[in-house]
Amino acid sequence: MTARLRWRKLVSAFMLTMTGICAAVAVSVLFFILGYFVYNGGVSINWDFFTKLPVPVGETGGGMANAIVGSAKLLLLASLIGVPIGFFGGIYLAEFSGNKVAFVVRYAADLLNGVPSIVIGIFAFALVVHPFKRFSTIAGAFALGLMMIPITLRNTEEFLHGVPRALREGSMALGAGKWTTIMRVVVPAAYRGIMTAILLALARVAGETAPLLFTALGNQYWSPGWNQPTASLPVVIYNYALSPYEDWHRQAWAAGLVLLGLILMVNIVARVILSRGIAVPRS
Amino acid sequence: MQASARPALTVNLKPTGIVNTSRETIAPSSMRMNISKVNFFYGEKQTLFDINMGIAQNRVTALIGPSGCGKSTLLRTFNRMHETVRNARLEGEILLDGQNILSQDVTQLRRKVGMVFQRPNPFPKSIFENVAYGPKINGAKAPIAEIVEKSLRRAALWDEVKDQLHKSAYELSGGQQQRLCIARGLAVEPEVLLLDEPCSALDPISTAKVEELLVQLKDSCTIVIVTHNMQQAARVSDFTAFLLVGEMVEFNPTPQLFTTPTDPRTEAYITGRFG
Repeated sequence: MTARLRWRKLVSAFMLTMTGICAAVAVSVLFFILGYFVYNGGVSINWDFFTKLPVPVGETGGGMANAIVGSAKLLLLASLIGVPIGFFGGIYLAEFSGNKVAFVVRYAADLLNGVPSIVIGIFAFALVVHPFKRFSTIAGAFALGLMMIPITLRNTEEFLHGVPRALREGSMALGAGKWTTIMRVVVPAAYRGIMTAILLALARVAGETAPLLFTALGNQYWSPGWNQPTASLPVVIYNYALSPYEDWHRQAWAAGLVLLGLILMVNIVARVILSRGIAVPRS
Repeated sequence: MQASARPALTVNLKPTGIVNTSRETIAPSSMRMNISKVNFFYGEKQTLFDINMGIAQNRVTALIGPSGCGKSTLLRTFNRMHETVRNARLEGEILLDGQNILSQDVTQLRRKVGMVFQRPNPFPKSIFENVAYGPKINGAKAPIAEIVEKSLRRAALWDEVKDQLHKSAYELSGGQQQRLCIARGLAVEPEVLLLDEPCSALDPISTAKVEELLVQLKDSCTIVIVTHNMQQAARVSDFTAFLLVGEMVEFNPTPQLFTTPTDPRTEAYITGRFG
């Protein structure tokens, strides 16, 4: 009996260690990446990096203000395209469609989600860049927006399905119509999850390079308006990292660090806002 | 045992239940709702068979019976909540003040026939917003704050929550949440209030409060309550209908149904021989 007990304790201790190590590895990957970026790119991050344009090879200094602004514009426009379509499509799927339609739409959304981002880029090239004969913010945002649709749509659907039937019935029993019930009870109840999903979709496309390569292209200078090629952080990283210049490599690391930092910040801010929402009743 | 040894009687109670016993106390004109020949189907499966009954104005009518007898289904047809379920089909006629509810606009109907559910289902909003929801979506004319206070008072909840109206409804206890749901229902001034086992998720003290409330409310409202608690039906209701596998076995004034049931199956049920 004692031998058996000892064996059981041994197994237990072994498994505890194993699972603990795996968990530690999973977490440390993130910290390793973060640390590596800080180590390599930290030195290049200064005020100029956020406010100045890139300088030609050979000169030192300069920054990536145009790429940071370019990425922000791309993401803004992409959200304006992807979020409403995904959100309302998700509502249709969860609240209105029959089983057959839902199956088809869901399946198509999953396929779209699985389409390699470079293919999305080619599609945007053929549809937006080619006819107008110019690379532009719009084209890049179109590609990114397309990628946001399935993520937003499926998550919206999922979170709406999670809203208890009792809430819908409670609303309808008060004489609310279906659309009133959806917009005033169901969506507010699922609001936290849907917002998180949208932010995660945003973070996901923020780092996409392939769809931007031949849509937004890239730009050494500012890109006024929406109709011109624009720099973006992922493409700049791609170009700079492939260059033979030591200085550009450091800039690429720094850009990566900024991108990572921004995504992290979006995540943290989202979490703070959303966790606060629990205590404060929405009205 | 004696009762179950007798051959099962097929008593056609629908007309007799009302005609024989209720006529003295309740004239037909004071019937708020009239249910006649209601048959109900989920897909191919029939769950209600030829139900006839009247819902008396300013009285509490209880629907009792074992689980699965169709009492909740019957209740849900009264404000057409059954339509939220796919494949549900209703035959027959349900009149509210002489008007067929099946031909009315469903949202208008539900403003007149409110419903409280088995489990408290407050919205993820503040206490105030929960009660204000109905008046707001229905475009109430009176100031919302007044309606909220009045409704909470009618639901005997005002004194407990008046200082925390803007807190989340989920911070209330289960019993308070259920009374909040009753207040929410009362806020649209329904003519009939349907309650689907409103106390089954509550502790005895909360249950007593809700029951007390129902007796007060019948002055201003017509109430139909589904319960599988026979003592509750006996305590709060004026009329009781006993259902068994989709059929109405007996429908009589509550004292009579519980003391001198006309159907042996009713007697067997209320004396605890099954169910």
